[in-house]
Amino acid sequence: MLATIGVERLEDLFQDVPASFRFPELNLPPALTEMEAFAEMQDLASANESTHDLVCFLGAGAYHHYIPAAVDAILRRGEFLTAYTPYQPEVSQGTLRAIFDYQSLITSLTGMDVSNASHYDGATAAAEAVSLAYANFRGKRTKVVLSPNLHPHYRQTIHTYNHGSAIEITGEQVDIRMGPKALIPLIDENTALVIVQYPDFFGRIYDHTALVEAAHAKGALVSISANPLALGMLKAPGEFGADIVTGEGQPLGIPLTYGGPYLGIFATRTEYVRKMAGRLVGETVDNRGQKAYVLTLTAREQHIRREKATSNICTNQGLMALASAVYLSLLGKHGLRQVSELCYHKAHYAARQISQLEGYELWNSTPFYHEFVVRCPLPVEEINAYLLENGILGGYDLGQDYPELESHVLLAVTEMNSREEIDLLVETLAEVPHE
Amino acid sequence: MNIPYDLKYTKNDEWVRIEGNVGTVGITDYAQDQLSDIVYVEIIVAEGEQVSQGDTCATVESVKAAADVYLPVSGVITAVNEDLPDAPETINSDPYGKAWMVKVELSDPNELDGLLEAEGYQQLIASKE
Repeated sequence: MLATIGVERLEDLFQDVPASFRFPELNLPPALTEMEAFAEMQDLASANESTHDLVCFLGAGAYHHYIPAAVDAILRRGEFLTAYTPYQPEVSQGTLRAIFDYQSLITSLTGMDVSNASHYDGATAAAEAVSLAYANFRGKRTKVVLSPNLHPHYRQTIHTYNHGSAIEITGEQVDIRMGPKALIPLIDENTALVIVQYPDFFGRIYDHTALVEAAHAKGALVSISANPLALGMLKAPGEFGADIVTGEGQPLGIPLTYGGPYLGIFATRTEYVRKMAGRLVGETVDNRGQKAYVLTLTAREQHIRREKATSNICTNQGLMALASAVYLSLLGKHGLRQVSELCYHKAHYAARQISQLEGYELWNSTPFYHEFVVRCPLPVEEINAYLLENGILGGYDLGQDYPELESHVLLAVTEMNSREEIDLLVETLAEVPHE
Repeated sequence: MNIPYDLKYTKNDEWVRIEGNVGTVGITDYAQDQLSDIVYVEIIVAEGEQVSQGDTCATVESVKAAADVYLPVSGVITAVNEDLPDAPETINSDPYGKAWMVKVELSDPNELDGLLEAEGYQQLIASKE
C-alpha cells in the first residue's frame, strides 16, 4: 500500500506533524495481558459502592428505578446498538420507527404536539429551550426568567450556553420558598422565556396555570422541565398551557451512571417546530403507498441552515431514547401510573415517619411528589457519613447550592425502597444525633 | 435563466421592481434554481415596519438549504405577501410574479443607483457558474 501511494516508510505519512511532536515518549506502564487487564478493571470496578450494595435515598435529578430485563435485551440487538445516524431511510426503517414511537410516547406524556428525537440530558434540553425562544423572537426579546427551583446543574448549563450572548437571565434571586407566582412580576415585554421545574428541584408540585397565563399575556413563552415518571400520575404540563416541555429521561429505563449517557426530553407545540433543535422523525408513505419513516424538517438543522440554525445540536441519544420507549411500552399507561404512585406513597410514608423524629422537620407543607426536604439537627455531611456506615446512601446536601438551606437534605424515595428500607432509614436517622 | 430587464438586482440574488415610490421585492430565478425545491418561507417583517437596506425580510428553506432574503432598499413595509407561506413552491414556478415577498415605500431612492441592472446581474451569475 505504501508503494501504491508513493511513500517509502510509514513514518513519512506523519511529516506534516512538527518533528518534535511526532513520536513523543509516553509515560505508560508496561503492557498487560488480557487476563491481567481484566483483573485490574475488576478491582477498579469493585472499588465503587453502588445502588446494588447500598440502600439508596439519593435523587436530585437521577433516580434509582427498576429496569425490566426486556429493555436491555432489546437495546443490545446489533441492529440498534451499532446503528449510526439514520440519514438513509431505505436502510434504517427499524431505527426510524423506534425514534418515531419514542416521539409519540413523549408527546402524549407531556401533552405537547411534537417531540424531537432527544438531546443529551435534562440540562442540555432545558438550555435548548432558551435557544428556541430566542430564535422565535428573532433576538428581539432578550430576557429569560429562570426559577431558582430549577435543578442547579441545569441552571449552570443554561448560564454556560448563554455566556457572552445578548440573553439576560433573571429570577434566581427569588425566595425559594415561594411558588411559581413569585416569578410573575419579573415577566415583561422583553421576556422571551420563563423556565420552571415540575415537580420542582425540591420535589414540590405546583399548578403552573397562572404563571403560563401571565407569561402569555406579555407574549413570552414558558418552558417546563418535568420528571417524566411523575407525569404518570400528575397533570401533563401541556394542560398548564406550556409552550415547551423538557426533562431528564433517565427515570424511564436508563441506569444510574456517573456522567451519563442520559436522555434529554424536548417537546413543543407545532407552531415552534421549525425553531426546535435536534433530529425529528416523521411518518410518510413510500412510492408504493406503504407506511414509512424519514428524518423530516431537516432544513432546521445546522448542516443545512449553518449559522442561521437555532442550535448546533443535531445529534440525539438514540439508544437511550429507545430504552425509554421500550420502558414506556412495557409498562403501559397503567403500569406507569402504578410506578409513579408507588414512588409518591412511599415518599409520603418516609416523610411522615421522619417528621416525627426529634430534631428533624419537614421544610415545607406544599404537596410533593417523591422527594422532600428535611431540616436536620446536624450538618448533612455528618448525617450522610453515618448513614453510609450503615449501608445507606443518604440524600442530597442542599447547602452546597442554596446557602439558606444549610443542614437541609433532599431525600428521594422510589418503588425500589421497601418499607423495611424506609424504616431502617428512619431508625438510623434517629440514632445520629445521639452519637 | 430569466432576468427581466425592468428590474433591479442585488448581489445576493434579490430583485426589486420600482413602481412610483414603491419597490416590490422577491428572489431571482437564479436563486430559486440554486435552492431547488422550496418547502418553506417565513416573512419576518410586518406592514408598517421601518426597515433598512440589508435587513432580513424573509427566510426561505429548500430541501437542501436555507437562505435569508435581504432588503435591497430602505423604507416602510406597505404590504406582505400573505399567500406565499401557504404556497412556497410558487417561488420556484413564478419568482418574479406571484412569489413577490414584500412591498417597500422607498425612503431613499438614491439607493437604487447602487443596485445592479439586468446586464450586470447576468454577468455576476455567469461568473459564479
